Amino acid sequence: MRTLIATWRNISRPRNWVIAIPYVWLLAFFAIPFVIVLKISFSSMQPIQPGYAPLWQWVEETQRLVATINVDNYQALWRNNLYVSTFIYSLKVAAVSTVLCLLIGYPMAYAIARSAPTTRNLLLMLIILPFWTSFLLRVYAWVGLLKSNGVINNALLALGWIDQPLTLLYTDFAVYVGIVYSYLPFMILPLYANLEKHDFTLLEAAADLGAKPMTSFFKVTLPLSLPGIVAGCLLVFIPAVGEYVIPSLLGRTDQLMIGTVLSAQFFSARNWPVASAVAIVLLLLLLLPILLFQRYQRRELEAAKR
Amino acid sequence: MNRGTFRNGMLVAGLAFLYLPILSMIVFSFNNSRLVTVWDRANSPTLRWYVRLFENEQLLGAAWISIKVAAMTASGAVILGTLAGVVLTRMGPFRGRAFLSAMTTAPLVMPEIITGISMLLLFVALEQAIGWPEGRGMLTITIAHITFAMAYVTVIVQSRLAGFDDSLEEAALDLGAKPVTVFFKITLPLIMPAIVSGWLLAFTLSWDDVVIAQFVSGPGASTLPMEIFSRVRRGVSPDINALATIMVSVVAIGVVASYLYMRRAERRQIAEEQAALRDP
Repeated sequence: MRTLIATWRNISRPRNWVIAIPYVWLLAFFAIPFVIVLKISFSSMQPIQPGYAPLWQWVEETQRLVATINVDNYQALWRNNLYVSTFIYSLKVAAVSTVLCLLIGYPMAYAIARSAPTTRNLLLMLIILPFWTSFLLRVYAWVGLLKSNGVINNALLALGWIDQPLTLLYTDFAVYVGIVYSYLPFMILPLYANLEKHDFTLLEAAADLGAKPMTSFFKVTLPLSLPGIVAGCLLVFIPAVGEYVIPSLLGRTDQLMIGTVLSAQFFSARNWPVASAVAIVLLLLLLLPILLFQRYQRRELEAAKR
Repeated sequence: MNRGTFRNGMLVAGLAFLYLPILSMIVFSFNNSRLVTVWDRANSPTLRWYVRLFENEQLLGAAWISIKVAAMTASGAVILGTLAGVVLTRMGPFRGRAFLSAMTTAPLVMPEIITGISMLLLFVALEQAIGWPEGRGMLTITIAHITFAMAYVTVIVQSRLAGFDDSLEEAALDLGAKPVTVFFKITLPLIMPAIVSGWLLAFTLSWDDVVIAQFVSGPGASTLPMEIFSRVRRGVSPDINALATIMVSVVAIGVVASYLYMRRAERRQIAEEQAALRDP
């Protein structure tokens, strides 16, 4: 009885209600859905609604609860070269795009951090502005630019640099352009947040001691900006692996990315168990980077408190 | 070569890369030719695609659905995200705090396709088990959008709260104010800028999303991005350029206006602080 009263007191405290509201929402709409995906990935396909067989069933005749765990979906992924190559291709595309983003974004973030405070805000606004306009429309704009009779080809033909239009659209190149273009602000902003805090007199000290600009960059600036680099790379890499819109508008048709395959399994083939298994494998592949990102996010908040 | 030249050159080139596609869409939205990228010198510029756009009931209807979903999403995400941010920064340790913290940062990087599929499977399972939600449409899109947008609001509110220590709140509590009063009279005004930018960000995220919406939507509830996506997959169409131009203009005006407003507010605050220091 006493513990019951204690529990009731605990529940009725307003503080716990405040905690419960976001907690219950995220539990219901973020955590539990993953459990459901996991469950469905172990079931088998069924032609009638809801499209997958139940994992456990009460069998009347034997008076027993029968659970059937089916690992066929995962085996199918492993045995089928299509899935393996799609996963590898997605990881490759995301990795290459991340490196390209870093190579383009780092000098940009550095230039903004070193600019005068008045121009700095304007430059930051210019970086963020495209992010506020439709992502879909900006990717679509590249179709018009990269087409064989598109803006880039027309310009190059007019200049006389090429005789025939180049094949740019529906290639790896187009996907890289699309991903780098869409995710560049996600690389620049954490890098800028880090570089802005640097004490640039350190570089002067290094120069006074005879270090060449290149040396002091690699020995001072680069190591200090490592947290920003890691954050930016994770913010680009993780979503890029599962990217769906960019490859379906700009990408190859003979080599799909995992997001496209997942969606096709789901909507066209209507094989929800296999689609769920693909989603679980994708999530497992990204688990480590996601945990790394969470650690970075925690540290940032702790640093802000001080 | 001067080191500054390289990085400034990269900055200019990078900005050109970011703006070139947008500019080309704006230019070609005034092109008379159906062939989108071939400039029809004789009959351009023209507003025919803009006229066509405003005659397109389907797109206008989808835009209206998107506005409603985005406004509901932003409001819901702000309430839940602010609560989560306050709970995580101000309520001290409690059981399961680390898990809540993980659940609020994971959606920031989660590939949309995974969120979409898990949300849809949840709604299907729920409908089977308890009969709710009945079918899928605006309600399910809004719930899914709130869930991923609230993560962004939480982060913004958290970092704003981390910038203040809780001495003001503690002082008010010592003076006998109830926690609820402290929240509404002190904490909320302090984090108002974060709440406003969180609302705008959540609105934009919802307005922009196509992947999650495609999974959790049902017949009769196509958002604007879903309509656009199905159109551009069939090929390029010039009225989409006109639509893009309108959207870019609205955002640009909004961002520039809020930038000017915030700069003025900042200056006013500095002036007030200085005045207060001069004559206490």
